[in-house]
Amino acid sequence: MTDLTDLGVAAIRDGVASGEFTATEVATAFNTAVAEAQDALNAFIVTTPDAALAAAAKIDADRAASKPLGKMAGVPIGMKDLFATRGVQTTAASKILEGFKPEYESTVSQKLWDAGAGMLGKLNLDQFAMGSSNETSAFGNVISPWRRPDDTAPLAPGGSSGGSSAAVAARLAPAATGTDTGGSIRQPAAFTGISGIKPTYGRCSRWGVVAFASSLDQAGPMARDVTDCAIMLEAMAGFDPKDATSLDLPVPEWTAALSADLRGKKVGIPREYRLDGMDADVARAWDEGIAWLKEAGAEIVDISLPHTKYALPTYYIIAPAEASSNLARYDGVRYGLRDLPDGAGLQDMYAATRAAGFGPEVKRRILIGTYVLSAGFYDAYYTQAQKVRTLISHDFTNAFTQCDVILAPTAPTAAFALGENSDDPLAMYLNDVFSVPASLAGLPAMSVPAGLDRNGLPLGLQIIGKAFDEQGVLNAGLAIEQRAAFTARPARWW
Amino acid sequence: MSVDTATVAKIASLARIKVTDSDLEAMVPELNGILAWVEQLGEVDVTGIEPMTAVIPNTLRLRDDVVNADPLTGGGIRDQVLANAPAAEHGFFGVPKVIE
Repeated sequence: MTDLTDLGVAAIRDGVASGEFTATEVATAFNTAVAEAQDALNAFIVTTPDAALAAAAKIDADRAASKPLGKMAGVPIGMKDLFATRGVQTTAASKILEGFKPEYESTVSQKLWDAGAGMLGKLNLDQFAMGSSNETSAFGNVISPWRRPDDTAPLAPGGSSGGSSAAVAARLAPAATGTDTGGSIRQPAAFTGISGIKPTYGRCSRWGVVAFASSLDQAGPMARDVTDCAIMLEAMAGFDPKDATSLDLPVPEWTAALSADLRGKKVGIPREYRLDGMDADVARAWDEGIAWLKEAGAEIVDISLPHTKYALPTYYIIAPAEASSNLARYDGVRYGLRDLPDGAGLQDMYAATRAAGFGPEVKRRILIGTYVLSAGFYDAYYTQAQKVRTLISHDFTNAFTQCDVILAPTAPTAAFALGENSDDPLAMYLNDVFSVPASLAGLPAMSVPAGLDRNGLPLGLQIIGKAFDEQGVLNAGLAIEQRAAFTARPARWW
Repeated sequence: MSVDTATVAKIASLARIKVTDSDLEAMVPELNGILAWVEQLGEVDVTGIEPMTAVIPNTLRLRDDVVNADPLTGGGIRDQVLANAPAAEHGFFGVPKVIE
């Protein structure tokens, strides 16, 4: 029999449905893989093998009773530890939430369980999803399963969904949830040679997802191929009255409509993304992607997104501003950590709790956010950023009069080593240069593996689509996937 | 605009984060680096441009005016609300004394 951990979402679901193997066998195989890798990769904050087995037993019983099986029936997945899971510790990788066991289930995770998925555990991430390397977690770094040749230096799995990307790439889970505020699904997917899609803002409910920057946060699937992402996104998406920004639209059948035939489609290549001094391998991968989409029948058009260079500074005003407001809730009163120094009053307790509970990057962003929202500076920073955000969104609207999707690199380089960028916050922020613009405009965007760089590390290509056009994004992703024929995987060293 | 130690101390106080003097020393240049970088937005001409309020067009909905329309977000779940409180007492959130 094939190794069950080599199978993806569709193969597992279909194999369980046909009786080729049982959901319990699948859950057992992945539970073992998770346990064997935990010390080396640290992809999980909490593992839940019993939850995976219980979900699998239910699917096996349902199948035996000839009950209808869901879209994700028998598929064990990893859950980013930003989604509230009832009775299972949910931390956002922060000490301030250590021990927090929600009394409720996030909408997205509940939808996945309803579709028949099971939970292998809660995946590590950058603290409050703030980071691009998984080095800001209070529960230790996630180590990428990828390594440079003849070099054991630990590499970043990307961030913030770095536990998710490492787990899927290392075959600890066939798929995982991610969340993307400025690139946190796409960049880790690119760094680890997997696929991931951030849908249109509002497709997936934010209810029960620990908030970072509410106007940007959006959940999405991370898996080994485009089809698996489409299946899982169908299970995750849908209107939720509990989220005021949820889109009240039916969920399209993206999987059924997948097509790599791009005849009649136009693919825009944004000239502002071709940066001076661009990494040669990234530029080559981009050119290959252009050739592949041409071969799939698409017409390539040169487009301009003139405000691209302002996207990152805009993001690093808006996201911290929203974070400083969202994270005000961590006060040591209602849940999570409380630090009450002897004789302290309420205000001292707040300040001591937040000093002890938040990591340095989270504090940095709260302070930036507090500053740009403070009296006298609000208009110069925050209002100006929201105006530039409008211009960035207009850039995309204009570009989409000339093309159907946009092709760009996902990240400026392949994975870097841990510690390489962590001394300089600005250097780390620049990692998001290609992913942030689509986030600011709320557009669907996906990363698919394109090939390997000179060090044998994965590179991703990004497809950005019109609002609500996940189908166009997935289809272009599939066209690249079929031609890139990316089969590389990390050699097992853990 | 750049920030000095006193300004960062003031921001930290507004944000209710206790900082030590050595924290402040480290934070001032970091925050100034970030602020200097984001200030390039000042060069963008935004004449006549409205600040973004909603990234995807959407309408604000009203929910039905019904008590406990969704039990998950309704009332009558005091014990669940208090379950994760660090110091719940007698059915309330416990806090240090706030009156003299």
